Amino acid sequence: MTKLQADRAAKNNLKENAAHAVFFLIALMSISAVILICGFLFYNGIPAIQKVGLWNFLSGNTWAPSDVPPKYGIHPMILGSIYITGAALFFGVPLGILAAVFMARFCPKKIYALAKPCVNLLAGIPSIVYGFFGMVSIVPLVRKVFGVNGSGILTAGILLGIMILPTIIGISESALRAVPNSYYEASLGLGASHERAVFFVELPAARSGILASVILGIGRAVGETMAVIMVAGNQARVPDNILQGVRSLTANIVLEMSYATDLHRGALIATGVVLFVFIMIINVIFSILLRRFK
Amino acid sequence: MKFDISAVDLYYGNFHAIKNISLGIAPQEITAFIGPSGCGKTTLLKTLNRMNDLIEGFSVKGEILLDGNDIYEDRDVNLLRKRVGMVFQKPNPFPMSIYDNIAFGPRTHGIKKKTLLDEIVERSLKQAAIWEEAKDRLKKSALSFSGGQQQRICIARTLAVEPEVLLMDEPTSALDPISTAAIEDLLIKLRDKYTIVIVTHNMQQAMRISDKTAFFMLGEMVEYGNTEKLFSKPKEKKTEEYITGRFG
Repeated sequence: MTKLQADRAAKNNLKENAAHAVFFLIALMSISAVILICGFLFYNGIPAIQKVGLWNFLSGNTWAPSDVPPKYGIHPMILGSIYITGAALFFGVPLGILAAVFMARFCPKKIYALAKPCVNLLAGIPSIVYGFFGMVSIVPLVRKVFGVNGSGILTAGILLGIMILPTIIGISESALRAVPNSYYEASLGLGASHERAVFFVELPAARSGILASVILGIGRAVGETMAVIMVAGNQARVPDNILQGVRSLTANIVLEMSYATDLHRGALIATGVVLFVFIMIINVIFSILLRRFK
Repeated sequence: MKFDISAVDLYYGNFHAIKNISLGIAPQEITAFIGPSGCGKTTLLKTLNRMNDLIEGFSVKGEILLDGNDIYEDRDVNLLRKRVGMVFQKPNPFPMSIYDNIAFGPRTHGIKKKTLLDEIVERSLKQAAIWEEAKDRLKKSALSFSGGQQQRICIARTLAVEPEVLLMDEPTSALDPISTAAIEDLLIKLRDKYTIVIVTHNMQQAMRISDKTAFFMLGEMVEYGNTEKLFSKPKEKKTEEYITGRFG
């Protein structure tokens, strides 16, 4: 190696090391953000859970921070989040998957050019706007049809079902488009119609992507706050039917955080811990399912 | 004749892929289409079950008769594809169990009874000489098999709808020599029951298994006749040059 080459190599090496360090630092920052959030959440939430008692906290049916002594049971909120999410999936999943099938395999190009941006726009609408839409249109509708107050599980489920549509449509559509064309050709070659090939070969072949879209939809529904507060009623009680109002975990935190102190504040942060654990469980199930399909 | 192809021209948009070709394809025989890449042989093959309908801008002139009926006038293209089955260049089993792969065709055509489906699956796999390897793994994903096995599963899947004609688009080009030999043996056995048309790049293969051979070049059919004659005493200079390996 000549001196010039050696110099150049050293210089390159230095550059590479510097780049390496910068990227490492940036990666470290995002990782430390996660760790910091976790740390904050558990550090502030765990003592409250210890004080109330884990079992009392999770299964207590009464949330009454201003009672003497106060009661901190988040069972109603856990059920509230589960019911609302379940209702959202009931409306959003079939609609979303069928819409994705239409977009990927039945949509004429001209309509697609219009429909695709619309779906994307759906994802970009702020949740407060969704909430407002729910308040002025779905709440009165439910009130009229069922003769109840109108804010409740059903209303929140319909609204959240709409809100998770862009997630489900977008990811399911790309999953369908990723199915090799050879499957389609093979099924047509056997005398199958376009519809049969799409629904019985391509759709099953895209199942892991479709499942991913549903899981992400669940994540979105569980975490949604603003729109839910506006249409779910927010009563901290175990509901008897889907027309009654409920309070979600997220709503519980937002509604009371501004004036809570001491143990009350701790209990709200602990609600956040439970929410966090929920999302973790969803992610773990997601990765297990994904691995099994591959 | 099973197929009567007369004065057929095929186009992709403005590109003239097949130029004024006429030939008859006899039943219970293997007919091979050979020729250099891009000569139009696969295009012609895929026209016989109208798979080319999927390609935008594709158009046909002339007449293609299957048992005397024009395949482009007959409206039910799904029925045509049931009668004229196809095996593709790359093995393309569906990502589901072997059983569901084979049963897909019969189910498509309305067979629901479990015992009947079981029967069809077993018979088709036996016909395609893959039963012994597959019988204990019917519920396993077809993708867990080797390429050669997958191609035989695909042949079984095609046979399961009881076609009259088998179209094969270079069915062994993605396979190793042993799998290729297995599939060639299989085709010779299937000849008695089916009309087989095979596109191949492999001239030895055409020689080994086919009864008739058609040689294509630049969209024209240069020569068509008995395989033995075509390879031993080609009438055309171009054919001779191609089969002796001077180009292509």
